[in-house]
Amino acid sequence: MPWHATTEYLAGLERRLTPPLDPALRGVAALATPPPSSMTDTIVPAALRIEGIHKAFGTFVALQSIDLAIHPGELVCFLGPSGCGKTTLLRIIAGLETQTSGRVIQNGRDVSNAPPAARDYGIVFQSYALFPNLTIRENVAYGLVNRRRDRATIEARVAELLTLVGLPSSGPKYPAQLSGGQQQRIALARALATAPSLLLLDEPLSALDAKERDRLRGEIRMLQKRLKVTTIMVTHDQEEALSMADRVVVMNHGVIEQIGTPLDVYERPATPFVADFLGKVNVLKATCVGSGRYRVGSIEIATPTNGIATGEAVRLYLRPEDRLLADSGPVESMPNAFAGTVRHVDFLGTYCLASLDVDGFDGQRMIVYFSLNQTHELGVREGARVAFALRGERVRVFGA
Amino acid sequence: MTAIAAPQPGPAPRSWALTSETIAARGGLILVASGLFVFLAAPLAALLMRSFEDKAGGFVGLANFAQYFASPAFARSAGNTLWFATLTTLLTVPLAFTFAYAIQRSCVPLKWLWRNIALVPILAPSLLSALSFIYLFGNQGVFKGLLPYFGLTTIYGLPGMVLAMTFSAFPHAVMIMLASLSLSDARLYEAADSMATSEWRKFATITFPGARYGLISAAMVVFTMAVSEFGVPKVIGANYSVLAIDIYKQVIGQQNFQIGAVVGLILLVPALVAFCIDYAVRVRQKALLSARSVPYAPRPSRGRDRAMLAFVLLLSTAMLAVIGMAVLGSFVKVWPYDLSFTLNHYTYGFEEAGVENAYRNSLTMAAWCAVIGAAVTFAGAYWLEKTRGADFLRPVVRLLAMMPMAIPGLVLGIGYILFFNAPWNPLNLLYGTMAILVLSTVVHFYSSSHLTALTALKQLDNEFESVSASLKVPFYKTFWRVTVPVCLPSIIDISRYYFVNAMTTISAVVFLYSPKTMLAAISIVQLDEAGAIGSAAAMASLIVVTSGIVTLLSFAAEGWLLRRTQGWRRSAPVR
Repeated sequence: MPWHATTEYLAGLERRLTPPLDPALRGVAALATPPPSSMTDTIVPAALRIEGIHKAFGTFVALQSIDLAIHPGELVCFLGPSGCGKTTLLRIIAGLETQTSGRVIQNGRDVSNAPPAARDYGIVFQSYALFPNLTIRENVAYGLVNRRRDRATIEARVAELLTLVGLPSSGPKYPAQLSGGQQQRIALARALATAPSLLLLDEPLSALDAKERDRLRGEIRMLQKRLKVTTIMVTHDQEEALSMADRVVVMNHGVIEQIGTPLDVYERPATPFVADFLGKVNVLKATCVGSGRYRVGSIEIATPTNGIATGEAVRLYLRPEDRLLADSGPVESMPNAFAGTVRHVDFLGTYCLASLDVDGFDGQRMIVYFSLNQTHELGVREGARVAFALRGERVRVFGA
Repeated sequence: MTAIAAPQPGPAPRSWALTSETIAARGGLILVASGLFVFLAAPLAALLMRSFEDKAGGFVGLANFAQYFASPAFARSAGNTLWFATLTTLLTVPLAFTFAYAIQRSCVPLKWLWRNIALVPILAPSLLSALSFIYLFGNQGVFKGLLPYFGLTTIYGLPGMVLAMTFSAFPHAVMIMLASLSLSDARLYEAADSMATSEWRKFATITFPGARYGLISAAMVVFTMAVSEFGVPKVIGANYSVLAIDIYKQVIGQQNFQIGAVVGLILLVPALVAFCIDYAVRVRQKALLSARSVPYAPRPSRGRDRAMLAFVLLLSTAMLAVIGMAVLGSFVKVWPYDLSFTLNHYTYGFEEAGVENAYRNSLTMAAWCAVIGAAVTFAGAYWLEKTRGADFLRPVVRLLAMMPMAIPGLVLGIGYILFFNAPWNPLNLLYGTMAILVLSTVVHFYSSSHLTALTALKQLDNEFESVSASLKVPFYKTFWRVTVPVCLPSIIDISRYYFVNAMTTISAVVFLYSPKTMLAAISIVQLDEAGAIGSAAAMASLIVVTSGIVTLLSFAAEGWLLRRTQGWRRSAPVR
């Protein structure tokens, strides 16, 4: 239970940490029992609320009417292509950038105009930003020393954090003596040292090599769940966002395209951009023929999507894996059964993507997913014929 | 519950510490801006205004310009100055290019030695080379007899000026060419080799185009130095009049400040043009190489390497001979008639001319410049690049910080007299003090130091300040604990640069010294005018040796520092 857990986390902070928590927040924590049933429940007070944030650099509009509520203890990913405004939004939350208009409310406190130091968060950057001339111990203690804690308390806290990030003996080393992944763990420890109520991660894994990135991805998520610290992570890597986040905020051109769980945004993309940006997608030009049926080329696809005027031009978005193959039954007798000729096969390790000329599609190619086993069993190779059925319920319909 | 969760509007609480941090951030920038304004922009404005005034201070429009342009002296001086600067550039840049080519693109042995010898002239005032050429080829010169072989009758005048100026400007051109030739992508040469390209074609299509911007940049730097050079024409120029000497005569000789101001502005024109060309070129050079380029390593080639070694040896010997000649001359009774050893030039010589305090003054001034200059420049660059707030000031500060590079010292010097000697100026108590010498020198050499500081600061992660803000550590604490220690080698570089330049400079301070604050480099002019060439050489030698020792000490300090901190400097963070 995330909310319950947050209370525990805050109590933990109380014990360990010095600066008294915001009294308003403590009041909220006391009132918050019993825990609400769902995180999205409207009565849960937001750990962070963003209202109508607008940011312009000269004539360039970086962010446009951004509204967002982040619940205590959840990990939210801002996902989008570079230049979509996700980092700008994070920096506004951190107070490193000033919004043109709009408000940032943290734990019920309006921090819209507060300087960074008057807000309560820890931050980790892509570049680690560890102080090179200070030891790991001194880096982690950097924010603690400033709070005039006695030496033993600081030492204990540093040791605790180094253990937490799995580098208990690295204290006397310098950052340059650690690998990239280790440095990023230390940056995480430094950000968590003062037990902030909010953790901001700005592309924390982008500078690491693939193996290290995968490992750290899991570790950060585990740590975040263990500490129940509200976390915002900025990333352009959809795999990272889908695998780590409780909720994903998909952004493009300074606006939020969709907010939802990873499964939501992948399976039920709200806009063509989201469908296109996350994973692979086939886009088919079609015309609505009424009662949820759409004509592609010379044949029709049946979907549950109604409400589009007959005769209207639309685009159907469907993923390469939204199909049934012969290994799960006689596809010819299923609804939306098609056959096609394989024109090209991309071998991608455990799976293949085959480009098909589907009979009746009149030249619109379609990419279909085959597991490696299916590739062998169904004899998928250039020139081969393949039968399949589309999962009509998965098809997303957008205006042309 | 919803009521509690609702935001409580109103300003965020700000602690006193935060306010003071904001004040420190903005105040620092305002301080830098006002410093540059008072000690750079205002004197230049005073110079500009005075050029439109008559002796009594009334506005006369362009009358001063008309008067000066009409005088025969102007046409001669302007033509002479351009001719002198052009010849110097044409001689210096090819020599510097070849020298740098030998070091970067051939396999000559002992590269570090040649590189350092090439930089030695920086330690000497430009007057020293002029004195040496007089010793070597002057009326009593040992090699005077060689002059006719080069089609010369005398070294005094243009020939001596060009030679002495080439010596002084050489290290500056070499540094630019070394940097320019070090930037090259080995893969371009590999690609050329794979297509069986001849050496000459590789040079013409890869090496030379790659160094083109460096060549233009070096030419502009040398040209500007020569245009605004005062010491060399003063000592060896004889009757060959140039603009820099005209200014000196107008201002010091005739107290004619308005014509001095006019000449100063004229001098500013070629300097500004050269600066703009150089600036445009530098901006373009940045885009020339990608971060992924593979550095080029030359392979041995017998003929080329031998030719290059011969060239480097010849030039290095010549340079050491020029320095050595002045030092030798300072220990000899009467060159070349009585070659017996004496220290008189260092003792009685200085006393007789009344410049016995000049060397000590120079040391004091150089030390102050090293300390104050490094502190101000580095802190200024930090405030400019790493703090937030008062953003409208930043472009102004950036422009002002780069301006001194385009302003000849003489022009700055006259501006200082006009501004700080004005009766209405509360700062006129500075006039005639050591302080004004230090201030003018720091401003005069601000741009290069500023660039060094910027380069050092840009190597730091941009997010250090953000991280410390999130940890509620004020930026000035991070400045002391992280920024300064990491940048210390560069700060030492800046300090050394200020010290050496303060020891050798004449141009701005020649208008600003008082008898009490006579400086070593200026005293050379005085000793030379008084005919005490031995003492002039002695003073020049003292300056070279002092600059040399300080340079070696700073290298030692940097080496010690790097060894001590190699634990964390060992490798750059993996990106």
